[in-house]
Amino acid sequence: MEPVTDELAREAIELELFIQAMQRRHGYDFSQYAPASMRRRVRQLAERLKCASISELTGRALHESALLPQLLEGLSVPVSDMFRDPPVFRALREQVLPLLASYPQINIWQAGCAHGEEVYSLAILLEEAGLYDRSRIFATDLSANALRQAAEGIYPDRAAQQWSRNYQAAGGTRSLADYYSARYSLLKLDDRLRRNITFAQHNLASDRVFCEAHLVLCRNVLIYFSNPLQDRCLALFRDSLVRGGYLCLGMCESIDFAKSAIDFAAVEAKLRIYRLVTNAVGQSPT
Amino acid sequence: MKTPAAIVVGCSAGGLDALKVLLSGLDPRLPQPVLVCCHTGSETVDLLCELLGRVSTLPVMAAAERHMARDGYVQLAPTGYHLLVEPDRHFALSIDPRVNHSRPSIDVLFASAAMVWRDALIGVVLTGASADGAEGLQLLRRAGGCAIVQSPATAQVPIMPQAALDHAGADYCLALDGIAPLLNRLCLP
Repeated sequence: MEPVTDELAREAIELELFIQAMQRRHGYDFSQYAPASMRRRVRQLAERLKCASISELTGRALHESALLPQLLEGLSVPVSDMFRDPPVFRALREQVLPLLASYPQINIWQAGCAHGEEVYSLAILLEEAGLYDRSRIFATDLSANALRQAAEGIYPDRAAQQWSRNYQAAGGTRSLADYYSARYSLLKLDDRLRRNITFAQHNLASDRVFCEAHLVLCRNVLIYFSNPLQDRCLALFRDSLVRGGYLCLGMCESIDFAKSAIDFAAVEAKLRIYRLVTNAVGQSPT
Repeated sequence: MKTPAAIVVGCSAGGLDALKVLLSGLDPRLPQPVLVCCHTGSETVDLLCELLGRVSTLPVMAAAERHMARDGYVQLAPTGYHLLVEPDRHFALSIDPRVNHSRPSIDVLFASAAMVWRDALIGVVLTGASADGAEGLQLLRRAGGCAIVQSPATAQVPIMPQAALDHAGADYCLALDGIAPLLNRLCLP
């Protein structure tokens, strides 16, 4: 067996070449993703696509255009749960939505929506607050495959119990089952929940501001990014938000090392809910 | 192996009691970071940190995203996230799918730590009811690190240390109360 140090060094080169191929062949820049998770994901992607090595995966990424959606799916945000971290959704319901209610039109951007579990959770919150008919949720993701699944709103029903508990813990006033129909071990969310959601592809590593938002949710997405890319995203959120707009990140995320964090003040520090401070100067990302 | 630069510890069922014994026996002058992945059923890792902090000779805290693995601190993987170490020794978290039905997974922590510290890493597998950690310990050993496994006969739940022994083998296999003294011997200059 070759020494593992050689093996790891070789893999580091392979990973670098794969990232270059994605950039130059497909225009997707993963160079600012945090390396430890990136390495795991690329390795797993190679396995899933039956490639013996990352180099083989790189070859396929270069030659098979049709593979791109699968590559992006494997490299983007993983699935979540409905009402994941119930205290966060409770705080959104009780503290944030009442303030958003003063706007005639409410725009919400969920960045990195994956399969949409949290998008629909948000739609339910808005519905129950009586705000949904004047709200628009922009749900974006890097992966077209993920967006397609999100738009379907169909999930395995084994998650239903946990999601119901989450919904109740988040202060839900009805039964989560009111919002879906279950069949063939699947649950399908009510089509009506989708009426004010726009699903669109957006790459946080390269794309720009596209809407004026009152609330941005981006939970457990920036954890996969290096410090500079995390900072880019925070600047992007700042520039998207209206004055006094809200930002909600994942519960274990740290913005301690990001320059742009200065533009946000914690509303609920433990829940990672922030508000754009009013003196922040909006600048277009360069 | 080189002078150890870090210690990683994995445990599951029975882990709280085992960690109390381990952490209360460590020399308070230990200069390495001690990173712990313990599967718990609880909502947050804060309670576990508090319980362990009462008996540990070293300060105990949850590993914070993007922060550094701190020398002389015991840092625990937060509940619901995989804990990884980046090449520059900063922590990263992930919500990628469970590994061995677990998130945090010991394999994920050990594998990323092995890539950072290579032959300057000590891995410890304690009591538990799954095979998590076996794969990671194997990688750690192949990278030149040192593997310590609690002897299954003395573990509250022997499955995990047994799986580690079967899959990865060990440089040391001993009863729980012998592990802290061994770490002190290996890690103090």
